[in-house]
Amino acid sequence: MAETPSTFKLEPPEGLVASTTVFRGEVTLHTAREQLLALLTHLRDVQQFNQLIDVTCTDYFPQEPRFGMVYQLNSLPRNIRVRVNVMLSEHDARIESACAAFLSANWLEREIYDLMGIHFDNHPDLRRILMPLDYQGHPLRKEVPVTVEENAFSFNRERIDRDKPYARE
Amino acid sequence: MGLEQKLGDMGIVTTSLEKAVGWARSNAIWPLLFGLACCAIEMMSTQASNYDLSRFGMELNRASPRQSDLMIIAGRVSRKMAPVIRNLYDQMPDPKYVIAMGDCASCGGVFNNYAIVQGVDEIIPVDVYIAGCPPRPETLIDGILLLQEKIKGEKITTWK
Repeated sequence: MAETPSTFKLEPPEGLVASTTVFRGEVTLHTAREQLLALLTHLRDVQQFNQLIDVTCTDYFPQEPRFGMVYQLNSLPRNIRVRVNVMLSEHDARIESACAAFLSANWLEREIYDLMGIHFDNHPDLRRILMPLDYQGHPLRKEVPVTVEENAFSFNRERIDRDKPYARE
Repeated sequence: MGLEQKLGDMGIVTTSLEKAVGWARSNAIWPLLFGLACCAIEMMSTQASNYDLSRFGMELNRASPRQSDLMIIAGRVSRKMAPVIRNLYDQMPDPKYVIAMGDCASCGGVFNNYAIVQGVDEIIPVDVYIAGCPPRPETLIDGILLLQEKIKGEKITTWK
């Protein structure tokens, strides 16, 4: 009988997991930043989660801790998925890179560094991937405004036109 | 060109010269192969056989900016691409023309965010703007004809 998320037994050793949430059949493991790499290595070696599908980050701005890192793992032999969540605070937005466990985290973590500003320790090549290399700031944080130019209506069209940096030659 | 200083205003000679050079330049424009995003598909289909651009003189698109005189910015320009576009524009020899094809090249289009330049005229000077998302091939041809009118109307004093 195939394993389903509600029936699969997940026993990470020595308290690597702070808590577990199950929502509609999806299992999420919440863990602390220091145990992340140990947990990922355990899941990869012992529990056969051999594919890292995605690494993303969410900004819950007024809440503290502010950033929620999400690692989605897939197991090809067992055909089940699991999610690992780590919360990071804004003043200490550093975390161990998952490249030691899964090489596919390389560009995914570069994207998070570029757009959210979380620094990854021991990352082999941490630099911007989507924005220009000399760009200042991290665009997907909540304090950065969504639009860069006002919407032009008839009452502000001339002002926008006057202030816009056109190239003359 | 300095011709006007040399010949003075010789009336009918300079007028005919302007007309001849304007006619020659407008009917033999070579575009630079520069499609960025979805508008490039419409540009390709305009170049293809159904709506033919070769009948306007644009038989071939040159891949090198040094050999082309028209840059059709077809598609959205990201902030990472902006210095590249400026570089290519600077490498084109005079006389050079720019058509901003589509909404994203004209004004940023639907993308009002951190990644897209709000109109390519923040980077290079544009001669003709074409609206549409994407503009139909007939619209692109209309823009090119408008550019040809503009080139035909150039006076000898505006030559570089």
